[in-house]
Amino acid sequence: MPKDSGIGASSKRREDVRFLTGKGRYTADINLRGQVYVAFARSTVAHGRINSIDTSAAAEMPGVLAVFTGEDFVEMGSNPAGWYITSRNGETMKEPKRPVLAHGKVRHVGDAYAAVVAETVAQAKDAVEAIEADIEELDAVLDMASAVADNSNRVHDEIDDNICFDWGWIEDNRAAVDAAFESAPHVTTLELINNRLSPNPMEPRASLADYNTGTEDYTLYTTSQNPHLHRLLISAFVMGIPEHKLTVIAPDVGGGFGSKIYHYGEEAVVLAAARKLGRPVKWVCDRSEAFVSDAHGRDHVTKIELATDKEGNFLAMRTETLANLGAYLSNFSTATPTFLHGTLMAGPYKTPLVYVNVKGVFTNTVPVDAYRGAGRPEATYQIERVIDKCARELGIDQIEIRRKNFISPDAFPYTTPVGLVYDTGNYGATLDKMIELGDTAGFESRRAESSAKGKLRGIGYSTWIEACGIAPSHLVGQLGARVGLYDAATVRVNATGNISVLTGAHSHGQGHETVFAQVVSDMLGIPEASIEIVHGDTSKIPFGMGSYGSRSLAVCGTAIVKATDKIIAKCKKIAAHQMEASESDIVFENGNFTVAGTDKSKSFGDIALSAYVPHNYPLDELEPGLEESAFYDPANFTYPAGAYACEVEVDPGTGKVDVVAFTAADDFGNVINPMIVEGQVHGGVVQGIGQALFEVVVHNDEGQNLTGSYMDYAMPRSNDVPLLVVDHSCQTPCTHNPLGVKGCGEAGAIGTPPAVVNAVIDALQAGGYDIAHIDMPLTPSKVWAAMAGAQQAAE
Amino acid sequence: MPEIEMTVNGKPMSGTVEGRTLLSDFLRDMLGLTGTHIGCDTAQCGACTVHLDGRQVKSCNVFAMDAAGAEVTTIEGMANADGSLGAIQAAFQTHHGLQCGFCTPGMVMAAAGLLKENPAPTEAEIRAHLEGNICRCTGYHNIVKAIQAAAAELGAKPIAAE
Ligand code: FES
Ligand code: FES
Repeated sequence: MPKDSGIGASSKRREDVRFLTGKGRYTADINLRGQVYVAFARSTVAHGRINSIDTSAAAEMPGVLAVFTGEDFVEMGSNPAGWYITSRNGETMKEPKRPVLAHGKVRHVGDAYAAVVAETVAQAKDAVEAIEADIEELDAVLDMASAVADNSNRVHDEIDDNICFDWGWIEDNRAAVDAAFESAPHVTTLELINNRLSPNPMEPRASLADYNTGTEDYTLYTTSQNPHLHRLLISAFVMGIPEHKLTVIAPDVGGGFGSKIYHYGEEAVVLAAARKLGRPVKWVCDRSEAFVSDAHGRDHVTKIELATDKEGNFLAMRTETLANLGAYLSNFSTATPTFLHGTLMAGPYKTPLVYVNVKGVFTNTVPVDAYRGAGRPEATYQIERVIDKCARELGIDQIEIRRKNFISPDAFPYTTPVGLVYDTGNYGATLDKMIELGDTAGFESRRAESSAKGKLRGIGYSTWIEACGIAPSHLVGQLGARVGLYDAATVRVNATGNISVLTGAHSHGQGHETVFAQVVSDMLGIPEASIEIVHGDTSKIPFGMGSYGSRSLAVCGTAIVKATDKIIAKCKKIAAHQMEASESDIVFENGNFTVAGTDKSKSFGDIALSAYVPHNYPLDELEPGLEESAFYDPANFTYPAGAYACEVEVDPGTGKVDVVAFTAADDFGNVINPMIVEGQVHGGVVQGIGQALFEVVVHNDEGQNLTGSYMDYAMPRSNDVPLLVVDHSCQTPCTHNPLGVKGCGEAGAIGTPPAVVNAVIDALQAGGYDIAHIDMPLTPSKVWAAMAGAQQAAE
Repeated sequence: MPEIEMTVNGKPMSGTVEGRTLLSDFLRDMLGLTGTHIGCDTAQCGACTVHLDGRQVKSCNVFAMDAAGAEVTTIEGMANADGSLGAIQAAFQTHHGLQCGFCTPGMVMAAAGLLKENPAPTEAEIRAHLEGNICRCTGYHNIVKAIQAAAAELGAKPIAAE
């Protein structure tokens, strides 16, 4: 029987009622008395020298209150990269300054170089048009290979080339890997591009700053996945506002997918303007601005080689990747192509030797940073594509080549050659589940049906792993992280027995308010409705690093469990005192404290009340009140894994690809709310289909973004995707967190793209087209051109 | 600047607008009905969907002045008279047809528009109707399920699941 509340139940989401009735409170919905508006002047060229900016006409425009340029922020600190990367030669990465507003040079189309504050949005935008900027256009650095080869044209004049770092992982393994390739019976080589994407949460970024001239307190309402991290970056690095004088509130946030982790210059501008004017200052990003200012994702160019024996046993893998960092280092941008990518290159396989080389490259494009999956989709795509190609070259079944190379279920904990220790897993189990639910046995008959309709049908697989629950501080510290990645929670039991849980996680669609309440409800035996989850406000919540990297439940949820454990422990002491028993005899079950072996019992509510009305209370050993906090730093990452099967139909006349069936069999460890987990997978899979078939940021030779609106950037829409089959019944619980959970937020985006591309290649090859690879997105024109090319070559 | 009047969610409303004021901005900024969301600037995302004289429109694509005298329904007008969730809203909750909630008002208004015209849509008809509404979170799966369930609930003949 499915449970109807607590852990394992598909509790309906409590947050839905406000969202469904128009009562959500997103940043753009918040208005403060006397607020004014800021609009930004953004570069229309990809690379240019700012000779002069004349703001005098703009300053005279109706309603204009202030105009800012980069000059006004030169004294401020630089918005930092969160991870130092050490290059193969031992040098640390190059970290050019990232100013609040561009100064000296503009470095990408959309780079903001001035800001106007006015009484209305329209007045601010009108005045931006009146700014006279003399910007001398320079050649744009765009193509990564040329940017690496030629350092005469540089994105940052103060560093001597366009290479941020040249990273080897693990450098000490390199010689052994090369030697294995020398003697390998078979080598499969694939060059591929992981296409640049725009994350596109449906809520554009927004910020509203308030400054109290009497107290010198700042409040920033902003679209953030991690308000404490924003506060830290703004306080300690960029603006120097004392941390205790800055409150960051991330109210309802309409999706993030990584793009709202980062601190952006616009946030500093609204804060500075609010201080200068003594009035609240608001900015709401237009979608067309978002396309040229939100951090992009992916954008890797990779050569991958897989060495095998003739039976398809993996012997070694090596890669060379150019990772586009864009014009400036965004906060996670150096970690994404390195530690979130290179460490995953073993996948679920026992490949004994792996070596990864990544060069981070500056270009005159929008900064690139973590986007749903962040590094792990890039790793998975390479691995699963090269395996697909290898199996075709060796004539081995796609499922069998994966299965025979899986780390076996009795090999855990398993140390990979790229620095991780997987705690648990059973990759054969998810693969079997995929085979069953995806009815792979019936594929050939479905192929025949498609063929009768004139369509080419293909099936493709992906068996993937990821590292989630970011992150063990001791590990990331060794790897160059400048912060700890633990999390915090406070459980406050009110006198009347209901509960406020303050969490450092931030929900921007994940449903934490529901899920965390399920956990606490189960632990304390009280109804979910008596538990409130409070998040997104640095003035209420002790601390937290926010939500990304599928960490909310595994890390922040564990902090909640630990704080709740402390509550139970304290309650036991109180109960022992009141029932005149020894603490060790107190049993807590179903919300009642009982003296073992007796009928003496007190409810949780009674004990909570007595903590606040301590008339019969062990005051000599316990403080009154019932509130506990916990910080939790995980011992290891968590390692969700899964097996995906995708079926496509290709129209040979047009090259159009339709995903006609998709099966995802995942192992997320224990699952708290199955409905929410399935929803996370649905969303991730469709973002993965989006990457595989539709989405790409395209720049022309001058660095102009040609895909700057929903007319040109192809988001997956309702009729682009089928219903999905998702399953999470294979569960190998995480061994090092008390809930046994692994995280599910990024799985779909990680596992899906290679499954889709493999399916298309399968369809084309079965249709007689000798096509080994097509780069994503597999748009009709690309697929059609590849087919035409293959046909011509055959003739 | 002209003063306009319209009926919003059954109540008479008025406000002063510029010629360029969009209906979406009028609803959000003048009337405080912030359930209508703005997700794009090219009339592509559908987050701003409302009903204008019974017709489903993108309110970012209508000048407020052109809606003068009209009847407008927004997400704030979709609950039952007693404040409980209407059938479509309830189905979205039951079937987890929303995550971040940002596209949701537009999705609910689009679903209402569809079910008015076609009380028993097929999966394909639902997907076709939602073409102008982008959701980045749900992969549409549960939105389709929710609309199928709402259609069944609203008394149309039930639609076979999956
Ligand atoms: S805001 Fe109206 S369609 Fe996007
Ligand atoms: S629920 Fe987030 S965009 Fe649809």
